Amino acid sequence: MPLVLLFFGSGILLGFLSHKNKKIISLVDILTNWSIYLFLFLLGNSVGINEEIIKNFPKLGRYAFILSIGAVTGSIAVTYFVSLTFLKKDEK
Amino acid sequence: MLPEIMLQIDFSLYALYMLLFLVGIGIGSEEQAWVAIKKLNIEIIVVPLSVIIGTFIGVIIFSLFLPGWTLKESLAVGAGFGYYSLSSILITQISGQTLGVVALLANLMREIFTLLFAVLLVKYFGKLSPVASGGATAMDTTLPVITKFAGREYGLIAVFSGIILTILAPFLIILILKS
Repeated sequence: MPLVLLFFGSGILLGFLSHKNKKIISLVDILTNWSIYLFLFLLGNSVGINEEIIKNFPKLGRYAFILSIGAVTGSIAVTYFVSLTFLKKDEK
Repeated sequence: MLPEIMLQIDFSLYALYMLLFLVGIGIGSEEQAWVAIKKLNIEIIVVPLSVIIGTFIGVIIFSLFLPGWTLKESLAVGAGFGYYSLSSILITQISGQTLGVVALLANLMREIFTLLFAVLLVKYFGKLSPVASGGATAMDTTLPVITKFAGREYGLIAVFSGIILTILAPFLIILILKS
């Protein structure tokens, strides 16, 4: 957690300092996109390597899937309605 | 097939650090993000609270289709809010390995779902939806896709909401399982 904040925080600081430099910003945009792909690939890797996940998936995967869909649906629904009534933000 | 070293070290963590550094630059350089801070006040409480309530309502409804599991078990898994590492360890300690693995799978799925579908979520359910979907992961792993598809000005609410849920997750899990 502290390392996460360190990297994130120093990024924010750097971004703030270089906000006028369009070239850096567009370079960072491209790097960010490819880093997302790299991260997703490595995350997938770590899941595929994890025996506990792979072994238990057929048995427990259905239950886990239903729970996660329920949690996500509920979160999005409540947040959506709350943002309409309380936050008065133009969401769409 | 993979080189041996990739089987031993989890490089995704380093990729995440690098990614968050880049995302930080993106947010720090974005004027709208700093403007958004001033509007934050009540959102900081309302958004994570909505995620908590929404998660529990959703789990309660969907658990009606799952006769083999108790409501308490399902709610505890939901209370991970995507935080799969801590929730699975904690739940294993209290309820045993089976539920612990379910917690791992369910919360991992929540994170991966947010990562893969953030663009569709923003399109159909608004810019706050991936923040809601990501839950505790909105502070780090899903932050990049949130800022990419909802906009950098949502980076800060994502981080704050994610942090609050990350902190509350273990307390809620224990509260649910020990009640």
